[in-house]
Parts: sequence; structure tokens; C-alpha cells
Amino acid sequence: MSTIALAAMLGTTAFATAASAQTLRMAWSQDATGLDPHKQTAFSSIRLLELIYEPLVRLDDKLEIVPALADSWAFTDNGTRLTFKLNPNAKFHNGARVTPADVKASFERLLDEKTGAAARANFLSIASIDTPDDATVVFNLSQPDVPLLAAMAGINAAVVPASEIVAGSIGTTAIGSGPFKLDTWEPNAREVLSTNKDWAGGKVAYDGIDISVLPDETAILASLRARQIDFALINDPLVATLVPNEPSLTLNRTPVLAYHVLQLNPSRAPMTELKVRQAISCAVNRQDVLDTALLGEGRITGPLTMPAYQSDPASLFCYSQDVARAKALMAEAGHADGFSATVIVATGEPPTAASEAQVLQAQLKEIGINLDIKMMELNVYVDTWLKGDFDMAVALNGGRSDPYTMYNRYWTKAGNLQKVANYIDDRLDSLMQQGRVETDLAKRKVIFAEFEKHLTEMAPWIWLYTGYTYTAQQKTVDGFVSSPTGSLFGLTSVTLKP
Amino acid sequence: MTYLTRRLLTFPLVMFGVSVLVFVAIRLVPGDAITAMLGTEAGLLTPEQKAALASYFGLDQGWFTQYARWIAGVLSGDLGLSVTYGKPVLEVILDRFPLTLQLALMAMVIALGTGLPLGVFAATRNGKASDLGVRVLAMIGQSTPSFVVGLLLIYVLSVGFGVLPAMGEFVPLWQDPLANLGQMILPAITLGFAFTASVTRISRSAMLDVLSDDYVRTARAKGAPARRVIWRHALPNALIPVVTLSGVEFGYLLGGAVLVEQIYALPGLGRLVLEAILQRDYALVQGTVLFIAFNFLLVNLLVDLAYVALDPRIRLGGN
Repeated sequence: MSTIALAAMLGTTAFATAASAQTLRMAWSQDATGLDPHKQTAFSSIRLLELIYEPLVRLDDKLEIVPALADSWAFTDNGTRLTFKLNPNAKFHNGARVTPADVKASFERLLDEKTGAAARANFLSIASIDTPDDATVVFNLSQPDVPLLAAMAGINAAVVPASEIVAGSIGTTAIGSGPFKLDTWEPNAREVLSTNKDWAGGKVAYDGIDISVLPDETAILASLRARQIDFALINDPLVATLVPNEPSLTLNRTPVLAYHVLQLNPSRAPMTELKVRQAISCAVNRQDVLDTALLGEGRITGPLTMPAYQSDPASLFCYSQDVARAKALMAEAGHADGFSATVIVATGEPPTAASEAQVLQAQLKEIGINLDIKMMELNVYVDTWLKGDFDMAVALNGGRSDPYTMYNRYWTKAGNLQKVANYIDDRLDSLMQQGRVETDLAKRKVIFAEFEKHLTEMAPWIWLYTGYTYTAQQKTVDGFVSSPTGSLFGLTSVTLKP
Repeated sequence: MTYLTRRLLTFPLVMFGVSVLVFVAIRLVPGDAITAMLGTEAGLLTPEQKAALASYFGLDQGWFTQYARWIAGVLSGDLGLSVTYGKPVLEVILDRFPLTLQLALMAMVIALGTGLPLGVFAATRNGKASDLGVRVLAMIGQSTPSFVVGLLLIYVLSVGFGVLPAMGEFVPLWQDPLANLGQMILPAITLGFAFTASVTRISRSAMLDVLSDDYVRTARAKGAPARRVIWRHALPNALIPVVTLSGVEFGYLLGGAVLVEQIYALPGLGRLVLEAILQRDYALVQGTVLFIAFNFLLVNLLVDLAYVALDPRIRLGGN
């Protein structure tokens, strides 16, 4: 009797497997923390939401702005009107067409303070939104705002159905217009995505993605080895460097926009003194920190990490270590004997944070600065960081494709994170404003190069390097394109070999 | 008052204490649900935005009001809403609990199934080399942390044999028993490893005690076969300390085998509470801890009742 039952059960399983379609089995160590694209800003949430929702435009792997829901766009009236033509084939997962009314409702939700959207700060120049016909959306701006378009390319500016906003169900159901539909979501365990056959962006060559959340990255590597998963997102450079040892696996490695930085707090003595901050900048050997803490997996960077605006780091203030000069600067500032300070570090975020802090500690010791390392759980760190309650902080800060969007929060007088940066001068502020309204790319580059030069010379922070984003895949997975934003959107062009 | 009613009366008192403790403890940890969700981007919010989010998460009220609201809900069977899951806390817990219960039960079966015979075996060979061998094994078992055992198992299986327990893709027992057992056996062994060692040690020493008792000597003198003396006469009396130990251990296991669930990526209660703490999902942390405390009390009560069944000489209540 029981044997028959067992056999029947085995039979059904075998049948189900045979009938099941081609699925990409994927793993990551951190799961999304929610489904509302306007409220979720965590890297891990954005990675998931980018597969489900779509903004008007998106960034491709070269950080160029390309069509998403909008087919075309143009700035008119001296940059104070931004007009989009929507893709007529775009549909939400519930079958409804994406209309200008949905776009308008989405941006109004984003701008509503009650929503609590962190990205709202990027869209404050939007004065009103017009929907003249069923394919056009016009944003009327209170001032020319070139970086606005790049800000709209993020998933935090996703277009959601107006009907779902009215129903108040954004965040509990995920109805987007993107390449995949979310079938099930068990937070911190797994999600099942199926391919959206109606996706206006093209055809996806397989039937869905099955994502497992494996909290330990060595376990992810183990399941790749055991061929239990096809594709994985990897954060820890130590784990990533082990992938190429496996003949059946491929590692994708792309430089990212996010940057590792030692933040000084220029409102606290003795970092209030320019010479002390400059001395710290000269005392740090950036290549050494990179080699020791990150196994050399990255490259030295100034404040601007996007390829279009990058300059040669060697041209920036004291980018090659100069201990003699550092000591001289310390003496001039009246701190020849050095001083003691604490540095806050988040545990495991990034995975290399603790070793970065240790190398910096050793390097600053040489000019008499005694660093006391304070390790903190991520949320405690974030809380302390937001209050600006630190002497120094080891941080991994997110990047943006546009220098203004990336830095206005810190280095403009009205910037929301000015009290975290604790440093501003007229020159930085005015260069930021000039860069915001300038529409000529060549002129923008000159403005931001000047901004970068001045910022590194004032040394409120010591920019160190950018790392890589890593994904690992079986050799049977073909066609993935990785992006400096860390986006997994490249999964839409993947094909699976049996 | 009988023993049972007295025990049942202390239940609500203990639960009340636990509820206050967990409520205060989670709020003493810096950082709230808003910073947990937005990270450093939370700094971009305007004061109005912050206020709107705080009222959404229920953080705008004083602690006392928050507690009163929560406890009133709990008394009517509503543990609140989890902000990360967007679902009632009780539903989330009951979703995750079967896995942890199954894991704990399997670990217990493994521990009793191997630990008890090993202990009895060692006791009957007291002082011999085989006894020493068992004792050394038990020492190693007790002193090796479960995550070390787990990582070793995973490492050996994945690197040495290229196979692994299917991680992350959990299949419930009632859907596919074979796949489920395949997934659960290694975590259960990992979890049961130290437990087995404790059972071995305690059953060995309890058995040694009992074997020197008068009634065992009497039974032997009557000419009862050695096997029967051990299994029928001595063992039931040696079981009392084993039951006590198992009860306490089982309570801990139900409290969530955090490390083992984390290593094997199993969506159980332990990982649930860990993630909830990291996300500052207050209602979920409070509800889960309360649920675990309740289980613990229940298991201990059952253990006490088991004493009576095992040894009629024990009378609970003794007024």
C-alpha cells in the first residue's frame, strides 16, 4: 500500500520535472527587503525590482541612456520641458496598456512626501506633468535640470499602474511592465519569476528564473560547483577570485560606480584643519589598501567614477603616497606628535571593510595618528553615519551615472547629506550648480574636472578605489551582459544550453 | 492546587515577562525600520517624509502606547503585521515553523536513536577500551560547534563529491517526502551532532548508576538474562535524566537552530528571527520570540508529565 503511494508520488514528480520548462536557477546572498520600487533603495532590492518594473528610460552597459517605456525624449524650451513618447506596445503584467496617466500618477506618488521616497530629492525640479495625448508625457521643470534624465533611468523612478496606486497595493503585489513577473516571493528564502511574454522590450529566450537566497557566499560557490544553480550574484571578492579555478564556471567582472572611501569629519578637531586632512590624504597608500584589503580587485579612483568623467588619478592631489610631506603638513598644523581618532566600520558591508580599516590604521600610524576601529552592525552604522557622529568612517558609497546626481547630496549647500559630509565651500557649491544647468557635454566635463580637483585638494574625504561587480555562471549560460551599475538586466539576453 | 494547574497559572506570568523584555530589548538596539529599509539613503528624506514613514511603521507613538496596542492585539490572537512581509506575523511564523519543528524532531530522533544505545553500550563495558572510545567520541561531539560540523559536511560533499543538499529550494514533507528528507538529513545530522554526544554521556552515567542499584542485582540474582536486565529493568529508570536533557534541548532546537538554518539556507524560524532583527521588523521579532517562549514552556511541561509516566514513584504536586 505504502509502496504504491510512494511510487505514485515519484511518478508525479518525474512527470512534473519532464514537463517543466527551461528555468534559470539563480542564487544571491541578500534578498530584497520589499517590493515598492519608489521606497526600496537597497542594492539587493533594486537588483530584483529591475527585473519586474521599468522606468521611462534605462542605462545600458556603457551607461548611455536608452529607451525603456519611452521610445524617445527631448529637452525643449531651454531645457525647462522634457517630453517623452511612450512605447505603444508597453503593457503591465495585468494586461493593461502603460498610459501617460500611469506615468503622471507614478511621479506624483514619488513626489508626495507621504510616500517617503528617498529618490524624491532628485525630482524636485518637476513643476507639473502634462499628458496631451495617449502617447506623450511632458514634464514642466522649474529650472533647467540636465541630470534629471539620468535620475529617471533608475528603478526608483519606475512607472507603476495608476490603478494599483489607488488600490494602495504597491509593495504587496508587484505589477510592473518589465521582462519578468513575480510569481512567488518568500522573503529571505526564494522567489520565482516567470518570463513576461508580452514584454515590449523584446523576447526572453527561457521561461523563468528561480532565485534562492543562500546567505553564505561560500555556499553559493559550493552550489555552483555542484551544478545546482546556473547563475549567481557574488559580493565578496575573496569568493569571486575562487570562481575561475573551476573549469565549468565563468566569472563576469565589471568595474562599478560605487566607491570605497575614508570619510573624515571636517567638523571635528583636528580634521577641521585643511593641513591635517591633506596630511591624511598624503599618508594613505591607496594601492596598498587595495592590494591588501581587496586582493587588488579594483582600481584607484578620484571622486568621479563614471567613465565619461573620469580623470587620471595621478593628476589629483597627493594620490601617490608621500609620508615626508604628510609629516611636514602635520607639523605645520601643530600636530607633529599626531593624535587619536576613531573610525567607524560596518561589519561585512562591504565584506572587506574590516581589513580596509586595518590597513588604513597601520598607514596613518606612520604619521602619528592612532586610529581606534569601531565595528558596528550595519543598521547601527547607518544610524551613526546619518547623524554625522564619527571622526572618520570607512564607507562604500553608491555611485550614479551623472556627477551631479551622485554628489549634490553631499557637496551642495542644500544637499540632504550635507550634515554627514560636514564640509562645503562656495567653490564646490557653485561648480555643482554650474554642472547642473550646463547642457553641453564638453563644458560639463571641464566643470566637473575642476570640481574633482578642488574636492581632492580640500580632502574632506579620502577617495580610495572602486571595486568590481561579480556574477558567476555555468558555461551553459550564454550572453549575459554585466553593467557598472551592478544591474542584472543583462539576464534578458541570456540563452541556456541544455 | 494540583501541580498542573499551578504550572498553567505561571504560564501567563512568564509570557508577560518575556513580552516586556523582548519589546524593550529590540527598541534599545539603535536603528529603526526606516534606516533598515533605506540604508544611508534615509538621509535624503525631508522631515515630512520621515514623519509619514514613522507613522506608517507605527514609530510615531510612545513606547507605552506601542506596547499597549501590541499586547491588546496579542490577547485577541493578533500578533500584528510584519512590515517586511506585509503579512500577519502569525501567518509568517506558522509558515516557517513546520520546517524548524521537523528539523528539531529529526535531530532528536538521531540523538536518541544513536546516543541512547551508545550510552548503554558504554555503561555495560565500563572501563574497557570500547567505553573509552565512546567517551572520547562524545567529548569531541560536545565540543564541536554545529556550524563547524555543517561547514565541514558542505565542504567535503561539494569539493570531494560534487554533490550538495539542495539549498534554498525547500520542499515541504507533504509535497515530496523523499526530496524533503534528502534536504533535511544533513542539517538534522549537523544539529543533532552535539545533542547525540550529550545523550550518550548522560545515558551512560545514568545507566552506570542504575546498574549498581539493588533491584538490578536482584534481577540478576534471579537469573534473568543480561539483555533483559539492561533493557527492561534498568533502562526505564535511567531514562529520567535523558528525558530532562532532551526536553531542555528540544526547547532550544524549537527556538530556532539559527546557525544551521543559516548555513543550509533553510527558511526556518531561526533565520526568520535573525532577519527580522536585522530588518528591525519589531512586530515580527516580538511575535517570534513570544512564540518560541511559549513552545519552551509547553515542552517543559510535557517533560514533567513524562516523569510520572516513566517512574510511578515520582508524584507531582506533593502537597
